[in-house]
Amino acid sequence: MYKLDPPPLLFESSRRGRFTACFPSSDVPGRALDDLIPAAYRAETPPPLPELSELDVVRHYTNLSASNMSIDTNFYPLGSCTMKYNPKRNERLASSPGLGAQHPYQAENTLQGLLAVLFELQQFLAEIAGLHAVSLQPAAGAQGELASLLVAAAYFRDRGEKRTKVLIPDSAHGTNPASAHLAGFEAVTIRSNAAGLVDLEDFRSKLDDQTAVFMITNPNTVGLFDPQIGTLARLLHERGALLYLDGANMNAILGAVRPGDMGADLMHYNPHKTFSGPHGGGGPGAGPIAVRDFLAPYLPAPLVARNEDGSFFLDHARPKSIGRVRSFFGNTGVLFRAYCYIRSQGPDGLKQVSEHAVLNANYLLALVRHVYPVPLGTRCMHEFVASARGMAREKGIRAMDIAKRLLDHNIHAPTVYFPLIVPEALMIEPTETESRDTLEAFAATLLKIAQEDPAQLHEAPHSTPISRPDEVKAARTPVLRWKDAGRSAEGVAS
Amino acid sequence: MAYIANTPDDVRVMLSAIGLESLEQLFDLIPPEYRLQRPLNIPPALGEFELTRRVGNLIATNVGADQRPSFLGGGCYDHFIPAVVDHLASRGEFYTAYTPYQPEASQGTLQATFEYQTLITQLTGLDVSNASLYDGGSAVAEAVLMALTITRRFGRIVVAGSVHPEYRQIVDTYLANLEPEIVTVPAAGGRVDPDEISKSVTDDTAAIVIQSPNFFGQIEEVAALAEVAHRKGALLIVSFDPISAGLLRRPGDCGADIVVAEGQSLGNPMSFGGPYLGIMACREEYVRKMPGRIVGETTDRHGKRCWVLTLQTREQHIRREKATSNICTNQGLLALRASIYLAALGPTGLRQAAELSTRKAHYAAERLSAIPGYSLAFHGPYFKEFVIRTPGDPERLLAEVGRLGYHGGIALGRWFPELADCILVAVTEKRTRDEIDGLAEAFRDVTPYST
Amino acid sequence: MDLKALRYAPTHEWAYLEGGIATVGISKFAVDQLSDLIMIDLPAVGTKLTAGKDFGQVESVKSVSDLYAPVSGEVVEVNQAVAQNVQLLSEDAYDKGWLIKVKIEGTSLPSELMDDTAYQKKVAEESH
Repeated sequence: MYKLDPPPLLFESSRRGRFTACFPSSDVPGRALDDLIPAAYRAETPPPLPELSELDVVRHYTNLSASNMSIDTNFYPLGSCTMKYNPKRNERLASSPGLGAQHPYQAENTLQGLLAVLFELQQFLAEIAGLHAVSLQPAAGAQGELASLLVAAAYFRDRGEKRTKVLIPDSAHGTNPASAHLAGFEAVTIRSNAAGLVDLEDFRSKLDDQTAVFMITNPNTVGLFDPQIGTLARLLHERGALLYLDGANMNAILGAVRPGDMGADLMHYNPHKTFSGPHGGGGPGAGPIAVRDFLAPYLPAPLVARNEDGSFFLDHARPKSIGRVRSFFGNTGVLFRAYCYIRSQGPDGLKQVSEHAVLNANYLLALVRHVYPVPLGTRCMHEFVASARGMAREKGIRAMDIAKRLLDHNIHAPTVYFPLIVPEALMIEPTETESRDTLEAFAATLLKIAQEDPAQLHEAPHSTPISRPDEVKAARTPVLRWKDAGRSAEGVAS
Repeated sequence: MAYIANTPDDVRVMLSAIGLESLEQLFDLIPPEYRLQRPLNIPPALGEFELTRRVGNLIATNVGADQRPSFLGGGCYDHFIPAVVDHLASRGEFYTAYTPYQPEASQGTLQATFEYQTLITQLTGLDVSNASLYDGGSAVAEAVLMALTITRRFGRIVVAGSVHPEYRQIVDTYLANLEPEIVTVPAAGGRVDPDEISKSVTDDTAAIVIQSPNFFGQIEEVAALAEVAHRKGALLIVSFDPISAGLLRRPGDCGADIVVAEGQSLGNPMSFGGPYLGIMACREEYVRKMPGRIVGETTDRHGKRCWVLTLQTREQHIRREKATSNICTNQGLLALRASIYLAALGPTGLRQAAELSTRKAHYAAERLSAIPGYSLAFHGPYFKEFVIRTPGDPERLLAEVGRLGYHGGIALGRWFPELADCILVAVTEKRTRDEIDGLAEAFRDVTPYST
Repeated sequence: MDLKALRYAPTHEWAYLEGGIATVGISKFAVDQLSDLIMIDLPAVGTKLTAGKDFGQVESVKSVSDLYAPVSGEVVEVNQAVAQNVQLLSEDAYDKGWLIKVKIEGTSLPSELMDDTAYQKKVAEESH
């Protein structure tokens, strides 16, 4: 990232009449437009889009990209996001027409290669989960949560049971309660205990016959594996309720322990985290879900299935299915990269991914915990949550100051102020793709920052294109589009 | 070991710093009874060369729009993608970044998103846009949820039968456990009749949902439908084709309150259904009820103009179960591609894409309907897609036409029993006259064998 | 309005009763704690409130706080000035910054509400 002034907005660089031709002229018999579409339906002019040359566009976006931090350019220990290296071989394969030029309604006999990939991916994800059936449809982790809860609701409805509650730990991602609400359930919060794990007593007191699902992230958002999971599963199953595993932290346990073996009935994956799909500046992700056999009939349709002759087809004939949560098959591009990643790793490679993710996190923890205390847990899984509470009290250095100062050192900030159960939280996830050298340099930087002048830290960052934007102003007087553009604009001359 | 940088020496040093002797011990806080005691049952690792060859060869067996002229549409279209889109969007600084949580380290993504929001207001004719949703289908469902919150009416949603059948299915799925009933008004004749719709709109109806150009390619009477909605205090939700904005009146100019769209057409590859781009725009007064991320302009501590994520209290990470939606990402990279596409085309290019598509679609409709036994199913105005009635079994016809080298269209029987003899044909600016003539010839040739 | 006559809920809403109508707001202490207010959601006239249940929300940049009704009854008036400009609360949380007026059920405020002395003591404790 360079300390550059960002380029002007596209709209400010626009000059009337500037244009790059990219379309041919019409080769079909010319007819008056009025004969094709009556004037009443047509706009007199096209929308008032900016008018730029191709070089304008190339420079604009190239310069914009230079004011981003990214995995390709910076260490990016953003906790809970698993910012691992995005392999270039996957990108090259994904950009081939064998993927890009395929239409979702193409005849199945023209799609056998891709359907084979997706069929195998369903199998891989079922095996890694220790569960039985997989739907690749959901477009993101949060949509996987929603789809899973709708599956659970359909299952209970089918059994003639009316269950109204979903239990969720207070350390959970906000998507969990939001998904529960959207699926028509009441979200009931379960406290964490002093160790940062599910408070079993609170859990027991809230578990009742109205409970449909308990959503757990394990390892949890504090980076701890909750060993009570078997007990939780048993208590739930005794009441006829289901255990949902939020797969956000699967990077810690690949090939080491499987959600199904711990008693989970359904789960979602985040392939853009665990299986190296690029995060794309905020998406796309994908949110495939895996379920136990008795929930399979309710999965969103279609699934990829195999004919007796070995060919593949899209199985739409699923009468108990919840329907669909998005159009077409799913985020195939993201799923395809996950497939390539799993094929590149194999069983040993996936296990090593988790071993090194956990090794890197624990090594980093060992290097910094004397200055950045970690209130919960002695060791961690793939990430840990340090607290700047002490520094905040003694020197007025807050988690936000540390985050901002790291940017001056060309390191992306950790996740701050989440999870809510740790005050002044700094949530750090190095991932397995970072080297010991990177971790040591990061630790040294963190330790140095703790010694810096608090006044200077409050004004950090100093070397970035901008510093400490006024978020109050942004929210109080929202400016959400370029000011001269708007619905009143009548367009430009064509 | 793919993508792991630690050497055996590193591992020894690191383990000893942690106070452990083996990697295995890292997992000893997990109760042993849950540990997997065998290797995962997945195929062994492939190196880069093998992966590239094997997976590359496997997907090269697909026969897509690169190998056969494609007349497939139904919400996913083979429009031309200028080279600058691929080139710029494949910069690592864009695609390997994450959500702009730290604005100082993400001005590139934030400014690009602010520009995207502006471009979407220009395309839709509405006041504000979010940073995007998953796809055009779930965007319809999110718009419906938004309408429930805005109107505080929980009785009914009226949906046009000419909305994409999958989009309607998504609305059904999203609302399965919620209060409102969903009433679908059939589109006999290929378009909905505003008077028919009006009969279904009650005082507790939150919204009317239409699509224009609709699933059949037909252009609906958007302005009249807006009037029907507003007369009863309901909102009009319109799903539209963003390419059509190059030629047709924008839904916002026709009275739509919330506009959604599938943004795939704007520079995004078809990729067998995703990832795509859910476009959503609305009137200013509804912005605090809008789902998804939104970027706003502000100034930094030196007074410099800059961009941040804003109005975040709508979102799940703050409001949890009371959030406007559970959505937690946008489709950043797809939105970026759409912006680059629109910037590269400009108003003139978008106009050309729209006009060429509609001219070629009309030519194709003329050619196909001239085949004996073939006729257009509907007679309203249409944009780049139309429904052709055939004298045979569409599935067989399409299979035969496929053998002659064309993706000829989509058989409609699977969603519309009354259109079991019909095919939906889409034509973009990429199709040439030769290809259209060839398709017509192919249908003519195979018809005797497929009836 | 005599500030000493206000009665407070533990969640920092205040109520002032006059002629069967309770004026309801949030305390200056709460406003200061919330800091940087962005907007407020208030119920419509005619809404029925139940003491202890939420009746609206107040937002700062990165937090949302529920407002809990100190009394049961029906909303008869909403302070539009605050609804339009929540920053009024920072200037004056009482005279200009009242939120809603409620026609209460019964004739007196709920006895659980704290008087001024009890509330100031609670605030002093929370500030530590």
